[in-house]
Amino acid sequence: MTNAIFTGLMLGGMYALIAMGLTLQYGVARIMNLSYGEFLVAAAFASYWLFTGWALNPLLGLALVIPAGFGVSLLLYRVLLTPLVRRARTRGALEVDSILATFGMMFIVQGIMLSMFGGAYFSYSFLAIPVSLFGEILALNRLIAFGLAVAVGLALYLALTRTRLGTSIRAVAVDPMAAQLVAIDVLRTSAFAFALGGALVAAAGVLISMFLTFSASSGVIFTMKALIVVVMGGVGNLLGCLVAGLALGLSESLVATFVDPGLTLAVNFALFLGVLLVKPAGLFGRAQR
Amino acid sequence: MSAMRLAAALASCAGLTVLALLPMYVDAYYLALAIGLLQFTVLATAWGLFSGPTRYVSLATTAFFGVGAYTVAVLGELLSWPLVLLIATVIGALMAVIVGLSTLRLSGLHFVIFTFGLAELIRQLVIWYEVNKTRVLGRYVFVDITQKDIYWQLLVLAVAVFVIGWLIARSRLGFALRIIGEDETVAKHCGINVTVAKVTLFTISAVFMTLVGAIMAPRWTYIEPSIAFNATISFEVVIMALLGGAHRLWGPALGAIPLTLLFEFLAARFPTASTLIMGVIFLLIVYALPAGVVGLWDNFRRQWRPQRTGQGVKA
Repeated sequence: MTNAIFTGLMLGGMYALIAMGLTLQYGVARIMNLSYGEFLVAAAFASYWLFTGWALNPLLGLALVIPAGFGVSLLLYRVLLTPLVRRARTRGALEVDSILATFGMMFIVQGIMLSMFGGAYFSYSFLAIPVSLFGEILALNRLIAFGLAVAVGLALYLALTRTRLGTSIRAVAVDPMAAQLVAIDVLRTSAFAFALGGALVAAAGVLISMFLTFSASSGVIFTMKALIVVVMGGVGNLLGCLVAGLALGLSESLVATFVDPGLTLAVNFALFLGVLLVKPAGLFGRAQR
Repeated sequence: MSAMRLAAALASCAGLTVLALLPMYVDAYYLALAIGLLQFTVLATAWGLFSGPTRYVSLATTAFFGVGAYTVAVLGELLSWPLVLLIATVIGALMAVIVGLSTLRLSGLHFVIFTFGLAELIRQLVIWYEVNKTRVLGRYVFVDITQKDIYWQLLVLAVAVFVIGWLIARSRLGFALRIIGEDETVAKHCGINVTVAKVTLFTISAVFMTLVGAIMAPRWTYIEPSIAFNATISFEVVIMALLGGAHRLWGPALGAIPLTLLFEFLAARFPTASTLIMGVIFLLIVYALPAGVVGLWDNFRRQWRPQRTGQGVKA
C-alpha cells in the first residue's frame, strides 16, 4: 500500500512537471500543442546522446538541453505559429488551426527521430541505486527527478507570482485584450510563455529519460497525459496542474497495484471525464462566458 | 439549371456503372488500390459529415474502424455476414452515442483530447478483456469474402454515405448543424437542441466508419488489437478531409483520392520517411490551403462569375 502510494506520488509529480509546460503554452500563448510529447522525447534523446556519446551527466546536460528547448520553441512560435495567431479571427479559430499545425509538427519531429534512431526503445543507466525511504526501496534517479520537478515547479510558481514578467504572463492568460490596455505586448509575452513551456518540457524530457525507457514514437502518450492533466486542473493554472497530476499518478498506481495494470488508461479517462462533467472548466479553472 | 442537374445525375449513374464493373477488368493490384481509394473516400466523407459543419476535429476514426474490424474478427465465423455487419453497426452506434453524450457537451477542445485517446483506450480495454477473460490475443478471420466482394460492398457504402450526406444537408438537422458550426450560442437561442443534433450526426458518421472497418476486416487473415486500432488511420483521414475541404460533401473525397495514391507511392518508395512526409504535407495544407481544394474552387468561381456575366451583357 505505501509502495503504491509512493510510486503514485512520484508518477504524479512527473505528470505535473510534464503538464506545467503545456499549461503555459496553452493557457497563455493559446497554442494547443499536440507535438508536445514529441519535444519531450526529443529532449530525452538529446540527454541519451549526451550521456552515451559524451559521457555527460544528465543533470549537467540539463544546462544545455533547457536553453535549446527554449530557443527552438521561441523560433517555432515566431516562424510557424505567429502567422496563425495573426490569421485567426477568434480564439476558437486559433485553437483549431494550432491543433492542426502542431499535429503536422508532431509527425515531422517524430519522423526525424524515427529516421535518426529507428523505432527501438532506448534507455541508459544513471544513478540506478536503491535507496530506502520510510521503509520502502526507491531508485535514487527517480527521487532526484522528483526533487528537481518539485524545485522547478516551485521556482516557476514564484516567478509567475512575484516578478513583473510573471505578472504580465498571468495577465495575458486571464484576458489578452485587457492585457493590451495596460501596455503589455501580448504577442511577445505569448512567445516568451511558449518558449518557457518549451524549456520546461525539455527539462521534463531529460529527467524522465533517467529512469524510463522511451522510443521515437512514445511521444503521443506523454502528450495525452499532459493534456489530460492540463484540462483537468484548469487551463493555465499551476496549482491545478499539481493537484491533477498527483490525482492521476495516484489513481494510476493504485489501480495498477490492486486491480490490473492493463487498465491505467481507462482510469485516466474515467477521471478526466468525471471531473469535466462536474466542473467543465477544470478543478481550478474559472468558467468562461 | 435542371438540365445541368440531369446531366450530372446521368454522369454519376454512368460513372457508377463503370466503377461497379471495374473488378471484372483489372488485375489484383489495381483492385487492391481501388479498395484503398474507396475505403478512404468513405472514411473521409464520413468524417466530413460530422466535422465539416460542426468544426469539431475528431480523431476517433480509428476507434470506430477498429471496433468494426474486431467485431468481424470475433463473430465472423459464428454468424452470417449480413448479421455480423448489423451487429457491428449496432456496436458502433452505441459506442458513438456513449462517447458523444459524454464528450460533445464539453467544448470542442476537450472533444479533441478525448478522441485523441479513444482508440488507445479501446485497444487497451480489448487487450485487457482478451488476456483476462477469453485468453486469446489475436484472432484469425476465415470468412468467405473475396476482394471483389469487399470492393462492391465499399462501393455501396460510398454511394450510401453520399446519398445520406446529401439528404442531411437538405434536412432540418443539417441546417441546425450549420448554425451550430457558426455559433453554438446562437443555435441554442434559436431553440435547437444542440446536444441531440451533434450526437445524432456523430453517430451517423461513426456507423459508416465502423462499417468500413468491418468490411475491410477479411483483407487481413489475422487480426490483433494493434492491427485493428492503428492510429495512423485517424490522422490520414483528417489530412485527406482537410486537403479536400471538409465544409462540402464532396470535398473530403477530393482529398482522399490523391493522398491515398501518394501514401501508397510513399509506402512503396520511402517506407522510413513516410511519417516525416505526412507531417510536411499536413503543414502545407494548414498554411497554404486552409479551406482545402474546395475553397480554391470556390474562390476561382467567385472571381470568374462576374466577368462572364459582364461579357454576356456586352454581347
